[in-house]
Amino acid sequence: MAKKMLQYQGSSDYIVSDEMRNSVNIAMALGKPLLIKGEPGTGKTVLAQSIANALNKKLIVWNIKSTTKAQDGLYLYDTVQRLYDSQFGDGDVGNIKQYIQLGKLGEAFMAKEQLVLLIDEIDKADMEFPNDLLWELDQMSFYIPETRETITAHTRPIVIITSNAEKELPDAFLRRCIFHYIEFPSPETMEKIIRVHHPELEKKLMDQAMETFYVLRNITNIQKKPSTSELIDWLQALVVGGITPKDIKQEMPFLGVLLKKNEDLDQVLEQVYERQVNKKDKSINKTLSRFYR
Amino acid sequence: MFTHLFYTLRNFGLPVSMNEWQDLMEALEEGMAGSSLTGFYYLCRAILVKTEAHYDRFDLAFASFFKDVDTPEGLPEKIWEWLDKQLPALEATEDMKRRHRNLDLDELKRMLEERMAQQKGEHHGGNRWIGTGGTSPFGHSGYHPGGYRLGGTSQQLSAVKVAGMRRFQEFRTDETLGVRQFQLALRKLRQFTTRLEGEKTELDLNSTIDQTSKNAGRLELVWERPRQNSIKVLLLMDSGGSMTIYSRLCNQLFTAVNHSHHFKDLKIFFFHNCIYDHLYHGPECSRLECTDTEYILNTYAQDYRLIIVGDASMSPYELLEVGGIIDWHQFNDTPGLEWLKRLRHRFEYSVWLNPINKKYWDYSSGTFTIKVIRQLFPMEELTLEGLEAAVNKLKTRQATAI
Ligand SMILES: Nc1ncnc2c1ncn2[C@@H]1O[C@H](COP(=O)(O)OP(=O)(O)OP(=O)(O)O)[C@@H](O)[C@H]1O
Ligand SMILES: [Mg+2]
Repeated sequence: MAKKMLQYQGSSDYIVSDEMRNSVNIAMALGKPLLIKGEPGTGKTVLAQSIANALNKKLIVWNIKSTTKAQDGLYLYDTVQRLYDSQFGDGDVGNIKQYIQLGKLGEAFMAKEQLVLLIDEIDKADMEFPNDLLWELDQMSFYIPETRETITAHTRPIVIITSNAEKELPDAFLRRCIFHYIEFPSPETMEKIIRVHHPELEKKLMDQAMETFYVLRNITNIQKKPSTSELIDWLQALVVGGITPKDIKQEMPFLGVLLKKNEDLDQVLEQVYERQVNKKDKSINKTLSRFYR
Repeated sequence: MFTHLFYTLRNFGLPVSMNEWQDLMEALEEGMAGSSLTGFYYLCRAILVKTEAHYDRFDLAFASFFKDVDTPEGLPEKIWEWLDKQLPALEATEDMKRRHRNLDLDELKRMLEERMAQQKGEHHGGNRWIGTGGTSPFGHSGYHPGGYRLGGTSQQLSAVKVAGMRRFQEFRTDETLGVRQFQLALRKLRQFTTRLEGEKTELDLNSTIDQTSKNAGRLELVWERPRQNSIKVLLLMDSGGSMTIYSRLCNQLFTAVNHSHHFKDLKIFFFHNCIYDHLYHGPECSRLECTDTEYILNTYAQDYRLIIVGDASMSPYELLEVGGIIDWHQFNDTPGLEWLKRLRHRFEYSVWLNPINKKYWDYSSGTFTIKVIRQLFPMEELTLEGLEAAVNKLKTRQATAI
């Protein structure tokens, strides 16, 4: 019997490459989490939204921070509240259930219909974090000892996991994922992405801005290369500022929108204009930004 | 099936395990390669490769495995054009599935060759010829169970071509591979505080029970400060010319230390060959961004763990002489060795990590200075084992020889 498979074809607000679409479909068909890596601002996070939109499914987002524990995603047991309630006679202390609050993963498992679960920036958490989730992601179930309950997913959610490669992820975890690296968009693709966000944009302005953008990206020694999201913001600034295509080439206005690091601004100004910037003032900033991270 | 490909991938250094291989087999059973080589390429990559750093190896392995397919006698461009034409999907019968399930790749290649010889013109449908429809396993949108198909590439490039382009070469830094292991080693550098500061956020169960009993059963919660790592790290890295060849290794260590969030404090400075009056904030060692070494000696608490990373290889005068500093426009009143001694005396917990292989410490161009510095600092190789040993040494005060 041929399985009727769900297929993701992209959505109107998200430009997806063939390769990425393949990876999404492979992950869905095999019921495995899809791990997405790529430069910041290349659309890792919004991919999950696009999949949810395209397949008409609900999206649950679990944002990972450095303090997030795997347990947080399963459930929280509010012992303290229960203790207080037992002292002051409030609530039905016998009913442990009311002190159990499901986390994002638990929520996704409990859903009646299949949904998309985004685990965003998994590399932010502790190194063991991904390993602590192996069983739950594999089995799509977990046990709550307090209530002697097993939470099992009704339908396996479509799991999208993003990483900015701040940490290497454990092998055991990787083995269970489908992996996709988002290549930086080619100018042709970039044009399509820009059209999504600025449909009315004047072609000349866009061409000139894109040219400048790719030149900047190719300057070596830049620490934080400008990415899709910066380009979109920059175009917005150019439009609002009433900048003409000619101005872009000559003045590079609002460069700070594209280059977020002072060092990079200096670098570019020096290389492009061969202009000596006043280093004395900048050096203080540089020192600060290095040491107070 | 396909075991030869499995070994080719492994020979090219891809750590493919049986788990993933099984997933691939399952996916092929489901017909997810869409029966085109391009589909097969992306399917393999998505399932078998787990980091962009390995994309290039994968391309090399794939291109090598299918190399005879890409030669002019193998698969002419025309075939790929045929393959990329789309036809409506066919319903697969059980019989078809049975026939194709166990087709292995060598068999596939052989059949392809055979058919190539017979092929006369473009062809769609039927079950013998290479074409886009029909039940031939070589077509692209034709039979595979369920007509399930993953699209070809937009550029209409063959998988072998795509693989041959090696677009991911630049990721082939192998840089991140050691980072995790270094990080794991650094994790052992912990010492928990006596909990003097910070907010009390952890329930202290024992004290709570005690207090509650004293209270004749009336609940009294006692809170504690969470345990915290009290280790502070001062990392000094040599970014001099002779270190360039070790830059990858040093980068790995740098990244690992930098991303180890369990230290209470982390300070990183750079120097050029030897340490003198200034320590620099960046590897380029610019005078515009530096801190006086004196200042660090006077203000940093003595319990900072000092880790110096460098090859300890320089001309003897750079280490021993007044004015021996290698940068011609600078001058040092105090010899480098004196600065090293001061650091060593200030920071009792310290180690020196040397990227030069330990076997060569006695035979390299820097043998003399390595020897002098080793008398001062416990020295370890900058390898995983070396780092582990260093971490152990940093837990206790290291006796000073001088
Ligand atoms: N392919 C795309 N199609 C449409 N918009 C895109 C695409 N890629 C990126 N964008 C836009 O770029 C911006 C950044 O995307 P997103 O936040 O998903 O990036 P990210 O990869 O998650 O970045 P980070 O690593 O910083 O979290 C969004 O506003 C998004 O709309
Ligand atoms: Mg994001």
